[in-house]
Amino acid sequence: MTLLAASKYRWGEAILRQLFFVCAFISVLTTVIVIGILAVETSSFFEEVSVTDFLFGTEWRPLLEPKAYGILPLLGGTMLIVVGSSIVALPVGLACAVYLSEYASDRARNIIKPVLEVLAGIPTVVYGYFAISFVTPGLRLVFDDVQIFNAASAAIVVGVMVLPMVASLCDDALRSVPSSLREGAYSVGATSYEVTARVVVPAALSGIFAAFVLAVSRAIGETMAVTLAAGATPNLTLNPLESIQTMTAYIVQVSLGDTPSGGLAYKTLFAVASVLFTITLVMNLLANKVMRKYQEVYE
Amino acid sequence: MINSENAVLEARDVTIRYGGHAAVKNVNLSIYEKKITAIIGPSGCGKSTLLRSLNRMNDFIDHVTQDGEILYRDTNLYDEGVDPVEVRLHMGMVFQRPNPFPKSIFRNVAWGPTINGLPGDINLRVERALKQAALWEEVKDRLDDSALNLSGGQQQRLCIARALAMEPEVILMDEPCSALDPVSTARIEDLLFELKQNYTIVIVTHNMQQASRVSDYTAFMESGTLIEYGDTDQVFTRPKQKRTEDYVTGRFG
Repeated sequence: MTLLAASKYRWGEAILRQLFFVCAFISVLTTVIVIGILAVETSSFFEEVSVTDFLFGTEWRPLLEPKAYGILPLLGGTMLIVVGSSIVALPVGLACAVYLSEYASDRARNIIKPVLEVLAGIPTVVYGYFAISFVTPGLRLVFDDVQIFNAASAAIVVGVMVLPMVASLCDDALRSVPSSLREGAYSVGATSYEVTARVVVPAALSGIFAAFVLAVSRAIGETMAVTLAAGATPNLTLNPLESIQTMTAYIVQVSLGDTPSGGLAYKTLFAVASVLFTITLVMNLLANKVMRKYQEVYE
Repeated sequence: MINSENAVLEARDVTIRYGGHAAVKNVNLSIYEKKITAIIGPSGCGKSTLLRSLNRMNDFIDHVTQDGEILYRDTNLYDEGVDPVEVRLHMGMVFQRPNPFPKSIFRNVAWGPTINGLPGDINLRVERALKQAALWEEVKDRLDDSALNLSGGQQQRLCIARALAMEPEVILMDEPCSALDPVSTARIEDLLFELKQNYTIVIVTHNMQQASRVSDYTAFMESGTLIEYGDTDQVFTRPKQKRTEDYVTGRFG
């Protein structure tokens, strides 16, 4: 007789292990299928439209004659939203995080954090409606020539929408700076402002940068608010007061219409989606890389 | 208690509470000019809290309240009109773990004097501080390297240089060798003897050998109370209190 009992097969564990594997596998499989379909449909789109015309053409008119398949107006529309929302979300989000992490008392923090989370939980369609019914009339009080649907209004609400994410991620980055660093700075006669601006923020810079990249990525992919508020006019312009169309809004427009599947107009959906997907993928990879680098600095 | 010398700092009836818990209780203690004063005692006895009250470092900890006075040459550091930033220009500090800024070696030392607009050539000031901290020879050719690439012992000497560059009157050291190996520790102890000529030093340590080697005066604390304070020789060889004797002879702690 041995001291230890013979090993026995544990059925429950084996089944659970398989179950968890299947769950993990499903998410991978979904990704692969999505990428596969995008790739197939996009390549069949490029059998009829040249890559150069698509990427560098300045007219987007896939549904009306004469047809044109240049994505730049949609890309430009998306970029207007990205730039506009970044102007709102990045500085305010960072400032909010600095306040939360460096200045706020526990009490203030306990009020502001949940409010930010509520802001993050508002459905995007509500933001879209808010843009049309509140932000656009507001803009019209200030500027002349504001079109009913305009990029600025959508950009502002997208900015407000990503603000909580920026604040929360920046707050994490600032809080991960060890307090010993703050004490070191105070010990050589620095004021709170100097400690924050010249030691803590620089030390958290890669985390802050990653937060910014994720925010931009989120703004690129944002759909509902821009569909409602920014219009449906593919328009290569730098004027945010004009109506534009983003890549996401175009996809919504065509998906909702009666475009027959299989036609060229239908395939434009996949071509646009591929561009959208590639951009957000690159942004997310970039953010991940930067995040990992900053995690290595303080361990 | 100790023969009349120049007291730079004087704690009078200092009580420090974290919320309701008193970490330091009615401590009276004088810190003498150009001497090394060691504060020893078991973990949690309040020695670091007391040290941090000397440059108002406890200001950053929530729920800390303090009674009593800390006199710096007749000015109470906790008077309403006193700017804590100003206090720290006179009291430099070195921490338990090396905490250099994630900046270059040069900028670590130059930062404090620069933001405070201290006079004179900054390059000379940095060089002088690094020399005083016995680090110059090791880093003079790579001042622009990140301070985070230095070894732990070098980082701690860099933090000492950072404090010295401010030319404070007092240097407060909170277990500066606790994260270092014996060789680095020995170098820093040697350094303390050099620094004593120009600076008043207060060092908190849990290492009794270190206290007996480097200090002129030793304060022994236990549970927030100052049990005994006197010449280091006397505290270690002829302690007046039974509890001091028990502690320094290793019977507990």
